[in-house]
Amino acid sequence: MDFYAVLWRELVVLKRGFWKFFASRLVNPLLYLIAFGWGIGRSVQMPQGSYLEFVIPGIVALSAMTTSFGAAGTPLNMARLYHKTLEEYLIAPVSTFSFVLGRVLAATLRGLIAALIILGLALLFKTKLAVGGAFLLVLFLTCFLFSALGVVAAMTINSHEDMANFTTFIIMPMSFLCGTFFSTAKLPPGVRQLIEILPLTHTNLALRELGAHGSFPWLSLGVLIFYSVLFFFLACYTVRHCRD
Amino acid sequence: MIRVENLVKVFGRIRAVDGLSFQVKEGEIFGLLGPNGAGKTTTIRILTMLTRPTAGEVYIAGHRLSTEAEQVKRIIGVVPQHINLDQELTVWENLELHGRLHRIPREERRRRMEELLEFIGLSDRRHDLTPQLSGGMKRRLMIARALMHHPRVLFLDEPTVGLDPQTRRKIWELIRQLNHQGVTILLTTHYIEEAELLCHRVGIVDHGRLIALGTPGELKARLGKAVVESFYNGVVDYHFFGSREEAVNFAAHLPGTVLIREVNLEDVFVELTGRRVRD
Repeated sequence: MDFYAVLWRELVVLKRGFWKFFASRLVNPLLYLIAFGWGIGRSVQMPQGSYLEFVIPGIVALSAMTTSFGAAGTPLNMARLYHKTLEEYLIAPVSTFSFVLGRVLAATLRGLIAALIILGLALLFKTKLAVGGAFLLVLFLTCFLFSALGVVAAMTINSHEDMANFTTFIIMPMSFLCGTFFSTAKLPPGVRQLIEILPLTHTNLALRELGAHGSFPWLSLGVLIFYSVLFFFLACYTVRHCRD
Repeated sequence: MIRVENLVKVFGRIRAVDGLSFQVKEGEIFGLLGPNGAGKTTTIRILTMLTRPTAGEVYIAGHRLSTEAEQVKRIIGVVPQHINLDQELTVWENLELHGRLHRIPREERRRRMEELLEFIGLSDRRHDLTPQLSGGMKRRLMIARALMHHPRVLFLDEPTVGLDPQTRRKIWELIRQLNHQGVTILLTTHYIEEAELLCHRVGIVDHGRLIALGTPGELKARLGKAVVESFYNGVVDYHFFGSREEAVNFAAHLPGTVLIREVNLEDVFVELTGRRVRD
């Protein structure tokens, strides 16, 4: 239960700044929905349904990814390099596992809230989307794995500028290439295989399949679990080895 | 209480700590005194497990640091040099987080927090976020935070850097009170008077090595009793004597301005570490 002490701090901070967080998570997806749903989407023909229905699961995945990565990465990077508040945890009798778990769960929660905000917006845009237990499980895994990746980045990147660069070079390309706004099926071979290794692609595939009452996306679920375990393990490793 | 054996820490080509050994007795206030860059902070970071030593071993209350980190973490309190309070939490929440990280049960935790806020005089500021506190208040809160779990050993790295004289005295008073309650204290400082007034024993460190160790009185006795400071032709010179009479006799034959005074710890420090200013 040690992780709860770590999580408790994050919950206190989330509660204090909740409405600011809420509003900030509303802006980007709302712009995407307007631009790609109402704007470009009107003139795009999809095999089934409207483009808006196609793009909403993508924007949910995108927001879950960026929010949880940022929520885990940025504050931890600051805590390690600038505020030195990480030391307070390092000198406490709390295991690395508990520390990472507390941080990752807190960022996962933020990611889930961001995703739910868009699902709420989607209702306003009158889309048909089936949100069930498996849909939420996929979202949880997505948030969890990108939170853990955020911890890895925060522990290994040694400046705030390079943290921003990580987002520019890794997170941003993923958000556009992993089937968020268009189907990866139309990509040239080679590029397609590369894209299909990435976790966000599988979030998009799984959410679309589940949202349209399709078959259960076992493969995608397996990939997401694999990345969750891998990144969590890496996060623990980087925290354990951060003492110089 | 603390035993440091042949501690070495190498950063690239720099030997920050170079074969340091000393012991701190239970109930003692022990000061590591040294110029900037002498290796004091690195030593304290190794002792608090924030830095890994290159070689050597440390024992705290009989626990070996390299193998019994968990046990050691439970009995030590750490006040780092930089202010590292959580800026997004209030005074109260900063203490609560520490209490939770140390698994202190709720009732006991609350009691301890009230007691410590009283002790540092911040009871009425408990709901303020920490950026709203003054420098001295932040320092006091850091001490309170380190005390939440009743540590037997308290490490303070430059506890009074950048504080005004009143606040500095308040901090010294807190440190003495804690010591009276039985807490063993190891602090680093480059303020001579801090070492002289507060510490039972002082270790002078330079270039990562211990160059002198003893009570402030013992260290001063090494140089003698009296010092003659002479100023002639723009040059200041120091001469040390075993008695006041010898000093007076010597001074009588000196040209220029002459000052006779008692040896202080600063003389010891400067004689041992050299006069050159460095960073």
